Amino acid sequence: MKKFIFSRILQAIPTLLVIATLTFFMTRFAPGGPFDSEKAIPEEIKVKLESHFGLNLPLFEQYLLYMKNLLKGDLGPSFKYVGWNVSEIIALAFPVSLTLGVCSLIIALVIGLPAGIIAALHKNTIWDYLPMSLAMIGLCLPTFVLGPILILVFSSYLKILPPLGWYSWPDLILPSLTLGLFYAAYIARLTRAGMLETLKQDYIKTARAKGASPSRVIFKHALRGGLLPVVTFLGPAFAGLVSGSFIIESIFFIPGLGKFFITAAFNRDYTMVLGTVLFYATLIIFLNLLVDLLQAILDPKARQES
Amino acid sequence: MTLRTGSSLGKDAWIRLQGNRMAMFSLFFFVFVTITSLFGPSLSPYDYDEQNLEKVFEAPGVDHWFGTDNLGRDLFARVTHGGRISLAVGLLATLVSLVIGVCYGMTSGYLGGKTDSLMMRIVDILYSLPFTIFVILLMVLFGRNFILLFIAIGAVEWLTMARITRAQTLNLKRAEFIEAARALGYSHKRILFVHLLPNLLGPVIVYATLTVPAVMLLEAVLSFLGLGVQAPMSSWGSLIKEGAEKMDAAPWLIAFPGLFFCLTLFSLNFLGDGLRDALDPKSSKD
Repeated sequence: MKKFIFSRILQAIPTLLVIATLTFFMTRFAPGGPFDSEKAIPEEIKVKLESHFGLNLPLFEQYLLYMKNLLKGDLGPSFKYVGWNVSEIIALAFPVSLTLGVCSLIIALVIGLPAGIIAALHKNTIWDYLPMSLAMIGLCLPTFVLGPILILVFSSYLKILPPLGWYSWPDLILPSLTLGLFYAAYIARLTRAGMLETLKQDYIKTARAKGASPSRVIFKHALRGGLLPVVTFLGPAFAGLVSGSFIIESIFFIPGLGKFFITAAFNRDYTMVLGTVLFYATLIIFLNLLVDLLQAILDPKARQES
Repeated sequence: MTLRTGSSLGKDAWIRLQGNRMAMFSLFFFVFVTITSLFGPSLSPYDYDEQNLEKVFEAPGVDHWFGTDNLGRDLFARVTHGGRISLAVGLLATLVSLVIGVCYGMTSGYLGGKTDSLMMRIVDILYSLPFTIFVILLMVLFGRNFILLFIAIGAVEWLTMARITRAQTLNLKRAEFIEAARALGYSHKRILFVHLLPNLLGPVIVYATLTVPAVMLLEAVLSFLGLGVQAPMSSWGSLIKEGAEKMDAAPWLIAFPGLFFCLTLFSLNFLGDGLRDALDPKSSKD
């Protein structure tokens, strides 16, 4: 197990280096620069600014310099937010995105798991068709359609929830619901399929034959195997929640990291773009590792293979 | 004893698909949407970018079937024109990912051994990258280039396609008809494209059907963030964005493009599920 974790972490390092290199040169080869705004700044100031941030050096030297600082854990200063370091901005904006993501995931699990289990236990009855049809609708309703609809219903007509902003906890409800419902639908489908597969297994029959109560069979024996596909999905789900939050943040005007990332890319704020991409990549790689570990705990077969 | 005529795999699948009412309905709906998008712009007396400032925010009616927007542009013309773009992006980008994924997967599975494990390792690593972020970055940095959009989306979606193709190739590689082809001394190229390819297409087609809605969704996301097609052109994603901004004054502006978009995704997903059941009865859901 230790060896598995160790090798995965070792593998992550070259991956991150490749991402850093790719993003570095991609941003630099793109037309435009951080100080080419519509408001023309005097040439001398521009030159001075560029030399201050080391932009006048040959490209390859800049790259080496950035990498050297990166290995020390320094993401550099932001070009656009004067006086701010990239890591400071991330530390400020990421908790917002994280809150949104965690709330959405909780909503997705709270709705999706019971719906899937109920559907699997009542296969081919109304209690199967109803939640599964709703899930299909949920899958096909993109967040940027659902979000405005929810705003229209709950803010414009019913006037019970705030339409946008990020000031108090009611502001959290609509965005998390918008983001969470899609994943609830997906999780419901996965749970149903996983539970149906598990309920057919011999060990479930054995448990039933031994006289275990129905609830014990479900909660103690079937859920463990039935939830495996859901656990596997959690890795991509989290990655999706991160990128999904770009849209949610732009619909509901939430000052999260996604909004900073897109603004930074538009402004050619090189260090900010690089820092955000690397931060996201590390996060996703780490979460995937976590999911693999969780899977190994739940599934004895996968444990042996690793 | 009655003589039984042979039935091809494709024919069998088609018969099974016809039995699936939801999938057939989806197929008809998708064909209907495609035809509407193709011919709709010429059916409407208005152009998609024709402004009429005397008729802004007109509700749906006889003159303008779907109403008009803030510049008095006919929404029916815009929705059908947007449909062309969205469907074209969906189909073409899927094709790009199909070609890359199938070639990569087939090579990897057919060669086997060290090459195979190296190639699959690369796919594994690419899988762990935050691709949506890269696509967004690419679109922001290099401008809203249509060709780039296809390449970027296609490059994201080929990974799963490669995995599926490889698994199929590994299964089929040992089959007798491949051994026979090899014994006849056919070249690798001929074995790959004439004998192997047609037989592994089933699962690939199913996955491609499910990729189209995924791609359309990604295009819509980009358009929604303002990175997709440029005004006055429209795609369903950009129309939904415009509609969402003005939905208090004119709810039909988000209703029609949203409805078209969601129902198309809906039908493609059902069609994909139906095709899976039809092409591979074993894997069908209970």
